[in-house]
Amino acid sequence: MTNKTLVSATINGEAVEFLCEPQQSLLECLRDILGLTGTKEGCNDGNCGACSVLLDGQLVNSCLVLGVEIQGRNVTTVEGLADWRGLHPIQQAFLEADGFQCGFCTPGILIATKALLDREPHPSETQIRAWLSGNLCRCTGYDKIVRAVQIAADHLSSVADSSIH
Amino acid sequence: MTTPDKKPFNVIGERLPRYDGADKVTGKAVFGPDVTLPGMLYGFVLRSPHAHARILSIDTSRAETLPGVYAVVTAADLPPAEDTDQRYARDNTLAGDKVLYAGQAVAAVAARTPTIAEAAARLIVVKYEVLPAVTDVLEAMRDDAPILHEEMRTRSPAGRSDKPSNIAEHFRYVKGDPARGFAEADVIVEREFRTVTVHQGYIESHAATATWSDTGTLTIYTTTQGSFAVRDHVAWLLHLPLACVRVVPTEVGGAFGGKNTSYVDVVAALLARKARRPVKVTMPRPDVFMATGPSSGAAFRVKMGATRDGRITAAQAELYYAAGAYPGSPVGSGANVMFGPYAIPNGQIDGYDVVTNGPRVSSYRAPGATPANFAAETVIDELAEKLGLDPIEFRLRNHAKEGDVRLDGGTHGHIGGIETLEAARACAHYNAPLGDPRPGMRRGRGVAHGYWGNWGGRSSCTLTVNGDGTVNLVTSSVDLSGTRTTLAMQAAEALELPPERIKPGVGDTDTTGYADVSAGSRTTYATGIAAIKAAQDIIAQMRRRAAELWDVPVENVTYAQGVFSAGNEFRFTFAELAQLVTRFGGAVSSLVNVDVPQWGAGFSTQIADVEVDPETGKVTLLRYTVVQDVGRAVHPAMVEGQMQGGATQGIGWALYEGYAYNEKGQMLNANFLDYKIPTALDVPLIETVIVEVPYPEHPFGVRGVGEPPIVPPPAAIANAIYRAVGIRPDRLPMTPAHLLEKMGVI
Repeated sequence: MTNKTLVSATINGEAVEFLCEPQQSLLECLRDILGLTGTKEGCNDGNCGACSVLLDGQLVNSCLVLGVEIQGRNVTTVEGLADWRGLHPIQQAFLEADGFQCGFCTPGILIATKALLDREPHPSETQIRAWLSGNLCRCTGYDKIVRAVQIAADHLSSVADSSIH
Repeated sequence: MTTPDKKPFNVIGERLPRYDGADKVTGKAVFGPDVTLPGMLYGFVLRSPHAHARILSIDTSRAETLPGVYAVVTAADLPPAEDTDQRYARDNTLAGDKVLYAGQAVAAVAARTPTIAEAAARLIVVKYEVLPAVTDVLEAMRDDAPILHEEMRTRSPAGRSDKPSNIAEHFRYVKGDPARGFAEADVIVEREFRTVTVHQGYIESHAATATWSDTGTLTIYTTTQGSFAVRDHVAWLLHLPLACVRVVPTEVGGAFGGKNTSYVDVVAALLARKARRPVKVTMPRPDVFMATGPSSGAAFRVKMGATRDGRITAAQAELYYAAGAYPGSPVGSGANVMFGPYAIPNGQIDGYDVVTNGPRVSSYRAPGATPANFAAETVIDELAEKLGLDPIEFRLRNHAKEGDVRLDGGTHGHIGGIETLEAARACAHYNAPLGDPRPGMRRGRGVAHGYWGNWGGRSSCTLTVNGDGTVNLVTSSVDLSGTRTTLAMQAAEALELPPERIKPGVGDTDTTGYADVSAGSRTTYATGIAAIKAAQDIIAQMRRRAAELWDVPVENVTYAQGVFSAGNEFRFTFAELAQLVTRFGGAVSSLVNVDVPQWGAGFSTQIADVEVDPETGKVTLLRYTVVQDVGRAVHPAMVEGQMQGGATQGIGWALYEGYAYNEKGQMLNANFLDYKIPTALDVPLIETVIVEVPYPEHPFGVRGVGEPPIVPPPAAIANAIYRAVGIRPDRLPMTPAHLLEKMGVI
């Protein structure tokens, strides 16, 4: 038997503990151990972005992070975007703009969008394209994804405006 | 977007929220690799490193004894094949005595964890006698080429060859008198073209989870375009009664034709039976490239002639398509659509289906059409240029109309190709200035036009009326990118109910009527016809029930806008009557099976603006427009998405994508880093012009939408490159190296 490590971390705001083999990626831990299958495997070598998650707020490919590396850290997956109030404005924007077709790359693109808008609330089209160039989508041709990100930026800035008042 | 006539519809043409939308943005949607069953094991498939080899022996003993391993299977676990087709399919599941491509499955393991399964597979010892391999279609046709199938003889108009050959089939279409046609021409252009294998590139790998009951029935959860196709394939290879195989389709993470075929379902079933536990088999990305069903690499020779006044007098083409390890390339459909947009009096097409040491090709969005269109539409563009005609004007002068017979013998139905070209000529993009290039750069605008025939086929739809007036719609047509919504919209339109009253779903093979694969751009069209017919039957049944309740003749009961009535006296809303009939006398439901024999072809004209760097050969897309006849846009946003997505796959085919093989026939770029598909940075916003020439055989005028947009992009971009830098690319992908070579820079 392989030696397993007990990993304690915060995932989508909840404290979790799980046993992890040393070679297991964060992606495998999320999907096979924790049952968080919203995060997808497209290539398992860091080229498609379907497995994108936030690690302490930073965008990472979870297939390139070991499960043991998240010890004591914060992870956000697609399952952590919506809360008791309902869908996140980014999710709403993708629904409004038909920003997906098959929906398989969508969780990673939503997470990448969150990372972008967290640091740049009003990105240009070129900034959006550059930021999302690590997330492959084979269905849409990216047009409606780019527009969805633009709508999401509008939603979030109006949310920010209303919370100021 | 242009919508010619204001539609007389309540629901059709609205941009409604997608039924599966919320699940897709929250991570709740269950795709193939997401399935987990209690006690489930993980499978791993061992694949051949050799492109061509005899299997001398397979020793699985060390793998079987590794702790955590529950089952090891090889071809010996499969029933014997009963005919050639079955032998090909069996060998493509787990190789028998020979492997024909690098990546072909030879054995598989089921174990407690993926790590153990892979470790065990590496303990299997396979002894090979390596043979010379051939991956190029023209090399495979040479007399001295390594022969893949000793028993294969060429089927051709001349009969059957007497020697073994890699040419499975040679066919020929002749129309009119090609020699006379070329003699009448004032201008003749003759060119050769080459393309290489490309992959559909869906982001979700194939995954199947199989489980057996102790009574011998098999259930498979799988990501597929056709649950019945998988059921029939698995039952056929395992010699099982069809009723004993239940296939439950999952959400599908992209398919584009690549999930018409079953790859890991049989292996998962074999492992699960031997292990007596559920087994999931997921293909790693390199395996998806090496061992599923990409599209053919091809070679073409094209010759076309036209008179000075811009009339095409003759066309001739030879098409050579690599089928991969087993025959069945899409050379036939390539030949069908190659010159199809045009009315050409004389011509000849020769097609060759050639086996090569690569994975067995499968369908890829408008199979075979894109490379053939690249060849033909480049030559058309050159003819137009030589004749001094606008490229759209030249195409319009020669365009086919309803009733015209193509070179392959097929006859065009009610088509909107002329309307599509006219819309392209009138659109903002075509009339906008190209703009000044950046210093040192060159710009060009290209146009190409193409079509795909689409499909009808067998579909089934069940509507069940609930006591509260809502309606469940269940179909076996797998939803690849929104057809639950487009089917529910059609049912709502026919039922004259608000769309939110219809709840659509996809069923499994035990509980739905038979359907062909969701392919050929047929689901919204053909399954839509089934949904409309079921809706009409529901209304007829409800009218009969109202007549019984009211004690009036059924002809006196009318239905409009959700209300049943008879004269001024009797009135029920749909929901009121639904409540009554559900409580008393038996609920109302309808299952309709159709086999739709006709379908409307879809034409697409595309305009590309490019900027080419003459020093580096790099091509940048500045602006791109897709114009397409969709018959009737049921859901315009999804129609635009199909047009943009299809064009972008075609852009990838044009500029980036292609399998690279070494001399041993091993793929060198089986990953998304080295096999580059377009990213968000590679494409501009893609403009769409929806043309609606309703197809008369569908009640709402629907045509297939998904495939036509992938057909013209390489030719449109090649023609734009020509206008930018004066060279005509004749290879796909049109890499910087190819352009520099053509420009004489390297």
